[in-house]
Amino acid sequence: MESSEVNMSRDSSELDESARGSSSPDLALERVLSLLKSHRDRSSVSLVCKDWYNAERWSRTHVFIGNCYSVSPEIVARRFPKIRSVTLKGKPRFSDFNLVPQNWGADIHPWLVVFAAKYPFLEELRLKRMTISDESLEFLAVSFPNFKALSLLSCDGFSTDGLAIIATHCKNLTELDIQENGIDDKGGSWLSCFPESFTSLEALNFANLTSDINFDALERLVGRCKSMRVLKVNRSISLEQLQRLLVNALQLAELGTGSFSQELTFRQYEELESTLSSSKNIHTLSGLWEAKGLHLPALYPVCTHLTFLSLSYAPLQSGELAKLLAHCPQLRRLWVLDTVEDEGLEAVGSSCPLLEELRVFPADPFDEDIIHGVTEAGFVAVSYGCPRLHYVLYFCRQMTNAAVATIVQNCPDFTHFRLCIMDPGQPDYLTNEPMDEAFGAVVKTCTKLQRLSVSGLLTDLTFEYIGRYAKNLETLSVAFAGSSDWGMQCVLTGCPKLRKLEIRDCPFGNAALLSGLDKYESMRSLWMSACHVTMDGCRQLAREMPRLNVEVMKEDGSDDSEADKVYVYRSIAGPRRDAPPFVLTL
Amino acid sequence: MQGGVVIRVGSGGGSESGSMSTVSREDNMVVSSEDSSYPDESELELGLGLSLGGGFKIQQVSRGGQYARILTAKDFPSVVSADASSSPSPSSSSSSSSSSLSRANVTAGTKRSADSVAAANGSSQVVGWPPIRAYRMNSMVNQAKAVATEGFKSTMENHKNETSMLEKRTIGSYQNSGNSKLRKSLFVKVNMDGIPIGRKVDLNAHESYEKLAKTLEDMFLKNTTSVNPVGSRVREHEVARPSKLLDGSSDFVLTYEDKEGDWMLVGDVPWEYV
Repeated sequence: MESSEVNMSRDSSELDESARGSSSPDLALERVLSLLKSHRDRSSVSLVCKDWYNAERWSRTHVFIGNCYSVSPEIVARRFPKIRSVTLKGKPRFSDFNLVPQNWGADIHPWLVVFAAKYPFLEELRLKRMTISDESLEFLAVSFPNFKALSLLSCDGFSTDGLAIIATHCKNLTELDIQENGIDDKGGSWLSCFPESFTSLEALNFANLTSDINFDALERLVGRCKSMRVLKVNRSISLEQLQRLLVNALQLAELGTGSFSQELTFRQYEELESTLSSSKNIHTLSGLWEAKGLHLPALYPVCTHLTFLSLSYAPLQSGELAKLLAHCPQLRRLWVLDTVEDEGLEAVGSSCPLLEELRVFPADPFDEDIIHGVTEAGFVAVSYGCPRLHYVLYFCRQMTNAAVATIVQNCPDFTHFRLCIMDPGQPDYLTNEPMDEAFGAVVKTCTKLQRLSVSGLLTDLTFEYIGRYAKNLETLSVAFAGSSDWGMQCVLTGCPKLRKLEIRDCPFGNAALLSGLDKYESMRSLWMSACHVTMDGCRQLAREMPRLNVEVMKEDGSDDSEADKVYVYRSIAGPRRDAPPFVLTL
Repeated sequence: MQGGVVIRVGSGGGSESGSMSTVSREDNMVVSSEDSSYPDESELELGLGLSLGGGFKIQQVSRGGQYARILTAKDFPSVVSADASSSPSPSSSSSSSSSSLSRANVTAGTKRSADSVAAANGSSQVVGWPPIRAYRMNSMVNQAKAVATEGFKSTMENHKNETSMLEKRTIGSYQNSGNSKLRKSLFVKVNMDGIPIGRKVDLNAHESYEKLAKTLEDMFLKNTTSVNPVGSRVREHEVARPSKLLDGSSDFVLTYEDKEGDWMLVGDVPWEYV
């Protein structure tokens, strides 16, 4: 159990701040417990007894809330008086793929209001899939004088104006991490808002913003922030400018380059190469937009100590990748585009024996004429060369059961197996059979599996396998799969550690939905869209499980009885009070 | 109830997975044979007559740069902005379209409002598929714009007849060869409203509008392997009737977008000019 959500429903009498506990053993215990960082450990600790519960809640400084609607800010503040760092996740994950309408919710503002009152010394806020407005950013900037770290991933609702306010007011800022958000990029002047006296920045990531920024301002900022260890710039920064930044930041540990395709003079290239040679601390490299084979050799000096390389915006070909990887023996994590093809992945297998994580993104996911990209052969090649591989995200257009069986035989330690065969419902292309045996092999062999995304043509058999074997599975993503309710039932009755189940376009109906009655309270959430669930089924679920929020979003033009999108989650905060009209709470 | 198919010349431009909209009741089948400035370029570029500033570099991995561009109501700047946060409709998926989308397309092309576009199940089960974050989709679009092939040349200015703006070259080629103009086939991309995965059709392989319509019917209005019938609910409404695409009795209409960004009904101009 990773968060305190469930625990908060008990011991509500303990929430009185004054009931702290009087004796010194509690303080000693607090001291000890303050060393505990993992929120799972903390949850466990809080369940031991009342004294431990109290000691834990007074010693906790970071709270992780995996579903912002599972609990209210008031409840959080009542239980944990000393929070300095908050991580909040909002919308269902499928909102990343536009399956959740705009204005759905997950607004941070009510949280900020409570935090301003209860946690005036808040230092860190990390949000994922939340909505945050510029007004909220301003509120944040002025309410928390000690504010240090802001990380926004996959959020929306704000613009670069909000960033400007943060830059202007947060005098102690150490981290500004703006990633893959729905941000209204109005321009790059926000970066110039950091005062000249401001020197505390340690991590700056604006890689996903598109506007040009004032390079002089950036250069000065980087120059005076001597503790900066993470710098990820956006595409507007050229190679020449990159060199100028780096020369004053040789302590950097993580670098995200800008555009990697400028025409350089020989001298410029040499300077870049020399500066990169001096950047001996860089272990993470990303960006590399439009990287050309021509300039990649400049990176070789950095490659020798790289552990994480992200080429997911650099459409390299196999040869270019191979040459680059030959210099990256220490690589643990690699993200690439499928332009590298199977040959490129063979190079991965041969050059990166320590590889633990591989993500292969499609450069052109929609065009059916593409006959390139990666196939099962590339994945197999990696598995032979990288036995430590435990995290994979693989987009491909063809796969076979046999290949997957080989892969997991070579790499039995998978914890995250996310395979996306991009054509929905596609069978094993050699045998024309469903891909059931592939995922069967995965769950049978990879006993540590925590996260699984399935794809291809799948019958209920896949889910029988999952339910029977995937005993450590926590997150399951299913799309265009299954034959009947039985499939989903297998999963709900079989996977003891299941926390998140997201399903779309599957023939699972009310029987399947209701078979999880005993399960949903131990899960964070269930998402079902474009399945066969009806409003009646959802109403029944809501009736029988009052501690669950059962929310339905209907599509225009669908039948009255159809429950097009269903989102079910446990909550001690009761039904949402901020639900927009299109979210029906049953 | 109308469905929509968009035929585009040019294979470029991607959208985030979720900008594909579902078939709404007002959709039209749209055939867009837009003037593409670059063979592998996003057709989003067309109406704006955009130059991508700084010239075009030969992309070493040309095929890696293109995306199928599916025109949906959400793509239009008037209803969608470049980021996911400002889509106005609560019932539509948030979408981040490339900001390069032609404004001309907005008025001419859309047959449905963004509001009516909702991610229904059934015919649009591939909304949001493959599961790639909107941001990443848009980034690839932006990269595709910047690396158009040098070999391309726009000849559209010379054409008076709007239908003859279809260039006699292979748009579907993903090889960065300069001699693409020598090829005889003329592939155009066809998109159906609500289905994000487009298909390519060789116009030169068909002798008439009827033949083209038949092919399109086969591609889109029958169950194809790319569509999982399991999740399909709305498909029953779209059962193809032979040759009905052209005479108005189908739920769908074939239209295309000319170089001026106007939507035109297929069939007005003699096939030979196509």
